[in-house]
Amino acid sequence: MTEQTHEIRLHVNGVPHTATVPARRLLSDCLRHDLGLTGTHVGCEHGVCGACTVRLDGLPVRSCLMFAVSAQGHEITTVEGMAAPDGTPHPVQRAFRECHGLQCGFCTPGFLAVVAAFLEENPDPTEEQAREAVGGNLCRCTGYQNIVRSVLRAAELAREHPGAEPPGAGAAAEGGRA
Amino acid sequence: MTGKMFGAPIPRTEDERLVAGRGRYLDDLGAGAYAAAFVRSPHAHARILDIDVGDALDVDGLVAVYTHDDLRGPMAEPLPLLIPHPAIRDGRTPHALAAEYVHHVGEPVAMVVARDRYVAEDIVERVRVDYEVLPAVVGVAAARRADHVVHPGMSDNVAARLLQEVGDAPAAIAAAPHTLELDLEIERSASTPMEGRGVYARWDAADAMLRMYSSTQTASGVRAAVAAKLELQLGQVEVVVPDVGGGFGVKIVHPWPEEVMVPWAARLLGHDVKWTEDRREHFVAAAHEREQLQRVRVGFDDEGRLLGLDVRIWHDNGAYLPYGVIVPLVTSTQLLGPYRPGAYRVEFDSLYTTTVIVTPYRGAGRPQGVFAMERTMDAIAARLGLDRARVRSVNLIQPDEMPYDQGLVFQDGRPLIYDSGDYPAALAALLDLVGWDDFPAQRERARAEGRRIGIGLACYVEGTGPGPYEGGHVQVETSGRVRVATGLTSQGQGHQTILAQIVADELGVPISDISVTTGDTRRMPYSVGTYASRGAVMSGSAVALAARRLRDKALRIAGDALEADPDDLEIVGGRVRVKGSPASGMDLGTVAVLANPLRYAFDEASRAATQFGGPADFDRPPVAPDDAPGLEGTDFYSPLRCTFASGMHAAIVETDPETAEIRILRYCVVHDCGRLVNPLIVEGQIHGGVAQGVAGALYERMAYDSDGQLLNASFMDFLMPYASEVPAVEIDHLETPSPLNPLGIKGAGEAGVIPGAAVLAAAVEDAEGFPITRMPISPSELFHLRRRFASGEIPPLRARRPAAPAPRPSGQES
Ligand code: FES
Ligand code: FES
Repeated sequence: MTEQTHEIRLHVNGVPHTATVPARRLLSDCLRHDLGLTGTHVGCEHGVCGACTVRLDGLPVRSCLMFAVSAQGHEITTVEGMAAPDGTPHPVQRAFRECHGLQCGFCTPGFLAVVAAFLEENPDPTEEQAREAVGGNLCRCTGYQNIVRSVLRAAELAREHPGAEPPGAGAAAEGGRA
Repeated sequence: MTGKMFGAPIPRTEDERLVAGRGRYLDDLGAGAYAAAFVRSPHAHARILDIDVGDALDVDGLVAVYTHDDLRGPMAEPLPLLIPHPAIRDGRTPHALAAEYVHHVGEPVAMVVARDRYVAEDIVERVRVDYEVLPAVVGVAAARRADHVVHPGMSDNVAARLLQEVGDAPAAIAAAPHTLELDLEIERSASTPMEGRGVYARWDAADAMLRMYSSTQTASGVRAAVAAKLELQLGQVEVVVPDVGGGFGVKIVHPWPEEVMVPWAARLLGHDVKWTEDRREHFVAAAHEREQLQRVRVGFDDEGRLLGLDVRIWHDNGAYLPYGVIVPLVTSTQLLGPYRPGAYRVEFDSLYTTTVIVTPYRGAGRPQGVFAMERTMDAIAARLGLDRARVRSVNLIQPDEMPYDQGLVFQDGRPLIYDSGDYPAALAALLDLVGWDDFPAQRERARAEGRRIGIGLACYVEGTGPGPYEGGHVQVETSGRVRVATGLTSQGQGHQTILAQIVADELGVPISDISVTTGDTRRMPYSVGTYASRGAVMSGSAVALAARRLRDKALRIAGDALEADPDDLEIVGGRVRVKGSPASGMDLGTVAVLANPLRYAFDEASRAATQFGGPADFDRPPVAPDDAPGLEGTDFYSPLRCTFASGMHAAIVETDPETAEIRILRYCVVHDCGRLVNPLIVEGQIHGGVAQGVAGALYERMAYDSDGQLLNASFMDFLMPYASEVPAVEIDHLETPSPLNPLGIKGAGEAGVIPGAAVLAAAVEDAEGFPITRMPISPSELFHLRRRFASGEIPPLRARRPAAPAPRPSGQES
């Protein structure tokens, strides 16, 4: 019994990759184990926790609910691709650190993806909106209080440095970094 | 000593890596390793008749399938009973792979090793196991009835029974002017870290060395246990703990069946093997906690002062007892909280059931103990028509009674003596923070709007930082950089940051020059582990002591070189200098060079330490008999006993008159963990703990059916709270230093969770006007309680509110 595999091309963090995977390979596993981008985490593999969230053409998606083969032709951004090309952390990354928005850090990449996308649409959220924005991701460590603070702080940081990150896919779609 | 890093709310040093996606968790390691998956029992209780792997053999990518028959020697024996205790009557532990019987759904029966996890799971599906299904034993009541016994050779399901007594509680209760009896119940929940368990092993045949990575709370424990199972010398096994995605207690258990099978297979196959737990496995094959039934009898005087307290506890320990009786032992001792109980008698039965094992989950038995005591306090207040805070206050141990001996033996085998604390001040602070005295007016306003609100409070004392010991190693490199190692492991508590803060002050070096390693037996083989809120107390103290040794040595060597009395020297900013004349001094890196007399120069700096490099004292050997080369210090901290942190929580809830939905309006915490190393981190620990307390009180439970199937083994059905369910937490700190350790600190890791069920039960009860005796409570359960209350089945709370209807007794007067 052998399984059929497919050669796929994925565009991740501005860099083209190829991988040979069976059709059932989850995008989360492909990113982590075929491409070695282990910053994306897997907490449930049934679409509930949000730890595996990445951005697909700018939108947050749960990579455990998607097959790698169907991610072809889309621009994927993972936590490894959030910082600016010169390495400057994304305002959301800075805010989580400043506000102690993470403890074990396992859920964090998923939150970062969700919050970055949210703030592009809602640059000046209220606390209630911030809480709602992260309401689909599970964190067992923080009790969410400092995550909500981090969202508000990230909005503040992004406003202080407008244009520090391009809108959309967090991007790197063109001129990505190697 | 007070410095500028200790106590500062600095951002964590861990986070730069973690927010960039550069964490290294267990499953991020071992690219190229074979993947393991386990065939697990679908039955709660069964005898294995046959295992047939025939169908699996033609799957491409199969490496091996193992069953118990393949195991020899210690591997074939049951896993160790980690914490023996004389109260244990019959301590059963699981096998690495089931030998003949399975005792819970999820128990590993066979191990599959394959090219990758997908293939391994395909093969698991193809392994056929024939079972003779035996009767399940689910829940405390079934375990007590013992119509069926869980383990062959036992006549009942009592794994352990322990009685502790101070004074004559039954007599004190009989003589008391008032008595009450309460039956209480708490259901199961579980640690449920976002990252499950995981093990990755590499066997180096040429060196006959095993390197293991495990997502564990104890590197040294895993090392010793695996060495024993695999019949290796300790020196042949290295255990490295990578970043761990949360633990909360479950990962202190070791060795797990998977934790011995993976290295065993790696050695046998001569190939790296890795196993990463999935979410369903974590629900059915790791560990749960909390489930207990309790019966409390209490005698008290007219002011609500406790005269005698007699508590009987039935504790469900699940299928096996690998962690001994720690959880019920903690419940039965920490139940006393900040109070003088009068005479006290407590007896527990720890019972086998055909369900997942029960081992410490954050709080480790304390939430149940606090639930018993605080429900009792509220019942006393209701009986006497007294204010609930008032009843607590007459029972509080006073600061001038410290140290206070409760007369019991605690979970570390040592006397239960509270070292310090100011409970009356904490109560005053809490009442102030939540606005206790203004609440009746608030309630009336709400009532006028047709809203129903209630307030509750609950107090706890928590023994933290138990021994036996932890170690610290601090070393200054010739570059001046400082390397710190301690053996216990970190699961998100920020140990690397707080240990660096401590060393920065002790040594006088900038924190940016310090790097900290935890949970690596190569760097610090002597260690115990991370549990019982002991990280900061134990390793914090150990690295402080180690840094002090190093500092003494640095001053001595620098004193020789600078021809100064060490007492006249200080270290500031990584530089040893003469007090009062900061210009004359030398960098710590240079002291490190001098500390290691050399024959060979390997760079410019090291020339100074070579044998012709400078003046020498020919009457002394280059390394004195009582000295050692290198600028490093190692020391161990071993406390006399636990240090006791404490705190009090208050909550205001609103219950919907129609839907019985329960909403938390405010959640207030007064917390005393001694001196705070990093307030940002301590508050984070409290936030997370409170979230788990709320979860256990209102949402989470393990829904077993009577066949022992766990019906909600996924995040879809197990209601772990999202941000929308967790309240904002208002915190006030007290800092009563511990006299027991050099830094005056107490543990903070578990505190937030402890009074959750008690405080929310109290607040809901207050809103509703009838007793709440069972947690967690869902809207539908509250709805049904209301109906029973309306029909007169449940008596009202008595005399608390002047407007209340004619009171009836809320318990049996005896
Ligand atoms: S791992 Fe994808 S949502 Fe949990
Ligand atoms: S930080 Fe640990 S799960 Fe969120």
